[in-house]
Amino acid sequence: MRLSALTLLREAFSPERTPVWRTPEPKPAYRVIIVGGGGHGLATAYYLAKEFGVTDVAVVEKGWLGSGNVGRNTTIIRSNYLLDGNIPFYEHSMKLWEGLEQDFNYNAMVSQRGVLNLCHSDAQRDAYARRGNAMRLHGVDAELLDADGVRAMAPFLNFDDARFPIKGGLLQKRGGTARHDAVAWGYARGADLRGVDLIQNAEVTGFLREGGRIAGVQTTRGAIRAGRTGVAVAGNTSRVMAMAGFDRLPIESHVLQAFVSEGLKPIIPGVITYGAGHFYISQSDKGGLVFGGDIDGYASYAQRGGLPVLEDVVEAGMALMPMIGRAKLLRSWGGIMDMSMDGSPIIDRTPAEGLYLNAGWCYGGFKATPASGWHFAHLIAKDAPHPVAAAYRLDRFRTGRTIDEKGMGPWPNLH
Amino acid sequence: MIIDHPLCGPRDAREFTVLGDAAWMDRPDPAAPDAAEAFHAYACLRANPAGVTRELWWHEHGDRSWLVVTRDTLSHAVLKVELAEDVARASKAAR
Repeated sequence: MRLSALTLLREAFSPERTPVWRTPEPKPAYRVIIVGGGGHGLATAYYLAKEFGVTDVAVVEKGWLGSGNVGRNTTIIRSNYLLDGNIPFYEHSMKLWEGLEQDFNYNAMVSQRGVLNLCHSDAQRDAYARRGNAMRLHGVDAELLDADGVRAMAPFLNFDDARFPIKGGLLQKRGGTARHDAVAWGYARGADLRGVDLIQNAEVTGFLREGGRIAGVQTTRGAIRAGRTGVAVAGNTSRVMAMAGFDRLPIESHVLQAFVSEGLKPIIPGVITYGAGHFYISQSDKGGLVFGGDIDGYASYAQRGGLPVLEDVVEAGMALMPMIGRAKLLRSWGGIMDMSMDGSPIIDRTPAEGLYLNAGWCYGGFKATPASGWHFAHLIAKDAPHPVAAAYRLDRFRTGRTIDEKGMGPWPNLH
Repeated sequence: MIIDHPLCGPRDAREFTVLGDAAWMDRPDPAAPDAAEAFHAYACLRANPAGVTRELWWHEHGDRSWLVVTRDTLSHAVLKVELAEDVARASKAAR
């Protein structure tokens, strides 16, 4: 069923609710299995069916669809990267965001309200000018604002802070936010309509092997065979891949917290990030201020963090925009990030034939959802990476071809 | 999170910074024939267990000692805290 204003009206007055996707029993075998029914897994299934003509696909998910990080993020979309390996990929993602709702016929509330990175010193302004130039060389929009330009956009900021005065900012107008859950639902619905089986409550407990190759998965709902198996499980990458014999990967799992305030009238015009500490904020359509900062710093699978990070984050927030001090904090949550050794993702074949890996998204997974799905689908369908995502190799840490935006080195808790 | 420091007693985790996996204490032999491979694994690959793990923590805002903290990554429970130099000495003696 194609959704429109008419179907919305009809459904609103209908006593019955039409399920958005089927709940099929798993078939014994598929051409492709995607492990992980989150944003990236569902997007992969969607693009496999839509762009690459592979519809004999199952997505196996241990909980319910979208129960992981796609429901636990700060909904920001942007493509303001610096390095060659990253910019074209994230810009591809940005372009897919721009046409996403028409493409999958679902309201994902994509809102290009702008992403503004503030700078607080001359050196930082130089760094932003360089980043903006790198973006523009790749055809991405970037605008360097001076303090007056920032003031016109966000007059409520603490411009004359003695320690960190606001000197300007790098603005990407096409950046913004999207409704995170609706992204998962839209991809799930789009994949389901094209024949993909979405199998929930099926936790992968092992991999099927045939000779040296991976031939499917063992799940809590039985064995499912597949010609090709893709893993897109974010923070659980090491756990799932260990079952396939990969007991050491360039990944460490960390908890990233985010926070939301009570609903307020519109005040924050877009996404604003602080340059003198780790703090980013936007306002949801419901009015809540959505903000976050650093990961907690220690390895974690617990989906909850500690209070020291909350203190750091709100301190930075208060330094930047003292007006938020009266807002009440409503909720906080933690998601498990698959932090990679250079802060950039992995979309690659693995040494085990038939097994493909999509991981290492650090805190950048949400904005990458469309391109991650598109390129993972390309890799699985064609058994070869698309040139735009070819740099995201699993072996780049061995060969030295890392993509380290911050130049931090192999310290996952510093990216 | 409270870190039960062997010398300073129970201290708030805020006094510490985390370096990461305690496997970093076992530096491979740079003269070995497989040194390149061994250093790649040493620097870039992690076991990343969901459960008990050992990490190097530095008491930055305290006595500035290095500790080996054994923790559960699923519950954040701290199971054991040792001075890194004691661990290093014990592993040297075992070799």
